[in-house]
Amino acid sequence: MMRSQWSATEMKNTNRDGHFQMFLLEKSRPIWRFDSLRLFLTMPFCVPGCAAPGRAALTRARRSISGALLLGLILAGLTMPVLAQVQTPAADLPSPALAQRLKKLESELRCLVCQNQTLAESPAGLAGDLRREVRTLIEQGKSDDEIKTYLQARYGDFVLYRPPVDRKTFLLWFGPFVLLAGGALLLWWMARRRKQAIGLPDTRDANATAQARNLLNDE
Amino acid sequence: MSDVRPSNVKRAWQFFLPLAIFFALVWFLYQGLFLNPREVPSALIDKPAPQFSLPVLHDPATKFSGSELKGQVWLLNVWGSWCASCRYEHPFLNDLAKQQVLPIIGFNWKDDPAAAKGWLAKYGDPYRLSVSDLDGRVAIDWGVYGAPETFVIDKAGKVRHKHTGPIDAKVLNDTLLPLILSLKKLP
Repeated sequence: MMRSQWSATEMKNTNRDGHFQMFLLEKSRPIWRFDSLRLFLTMPFCVPGCAAPGRAALTRARRSISGALLLGLILAGLTMPVLAQVQTPAADLPSPALAQRLKKLESELRCLVCQNQTLAESPAGLAGDLRREVRTLIEQGKSDDEIKTYLQARYGDFVLYRPPVDRKTFLLWFGPFVLLAGGALLLWWMARRRKQAIGLPDTRDANATAQARNLLNDE
Repeated sequence: MSDVRPSNVKRAWQFFLPLAIFFALVWFLYQGLFLNPREVPSALIDKPAPQFSLPVLHDPATKFSGSELKGQVWLLNVWGSWCASCRYEHPFLNDLAKQQVLPIIGFNWKDDPAAAKGWLAKYGDPYRLSVSDLDGRVAIDWGVYGAPETFVIDKAGKVRHKHTGPIDAKVLNDTLLPLILSLKKLP
């Protein structure tokens, strides 16, 4: 019923639009259960000015299916940091201390669009909006914590580059250390067992040590 | 007999434990295939919908506020004429509007009003009305980070659900419509 919405003219329109051809492609060849993977590849979100997988990247991806694509992606990855130089509107803040605070806050907040970038690094339109918002809040005399809480109430913990330590993130914060300690313990236990198994004399045994020294001295 | 048995058990243990760990790992990685890293859970769920007062797209002199719909279940759909995925979900919204299940309010995000009006004229207008957020200030209050996004707001004015990404028949039938119908039954 819903599918009937795709009339012939609409198909034509969407074909002209590079983005949509991919969706239509998926329509004719459904990939079962890989919904999220498919959505990720076709980029469900549209944000103006984001350097992350955009329309140009998708067009490029469609044109070259072979190794050239891989090369292109690697090159895109290499050139990313250059693209990511963003102007910060800190220059005309009343005092250098405020500009410093703005800079610090921006580097502690995540851009929701280009998710591995901070607000300071991201060229996305949304990051610009959020930088402006943070700046306004600083000018209103809000503290760093108040600004973070403000954004957290709207975008959740995800907006903070350093996640808070709570019940949900406990494993994230301390899991690696627990694993490391567990591994060290296991290593120690295995080494001890092996030592016992091959019957090496215990060096802590004074008699055995003396005996060994005697043997060495004899030679 | 008794000295053979423990070693068999031990051997079995040594064989099956790494295998079990391997399969546990495979299971987690397999699950990971179906997670969407772009999906950020909304911080607004079960909280009062953010207040706003924005100009109506087709009549900028008039302002519209979400609180005008108190007592009704309604949808807020974030869209823009620059957004290709909005184009994908649009037929499904048109269809939903035709069924007159609930009012759909369009949230025209950082768009050129003329382009937005042209887009609606071309592809159909499922919205009771659209509001224009030209500079994206109100979108921040809603935690919008991409388009399309769709919020379900209940009769008490609380946000009950957020769908990120385009709506299609599956999302409508499996998630949105059951939720909307159950919310409409509540007093």
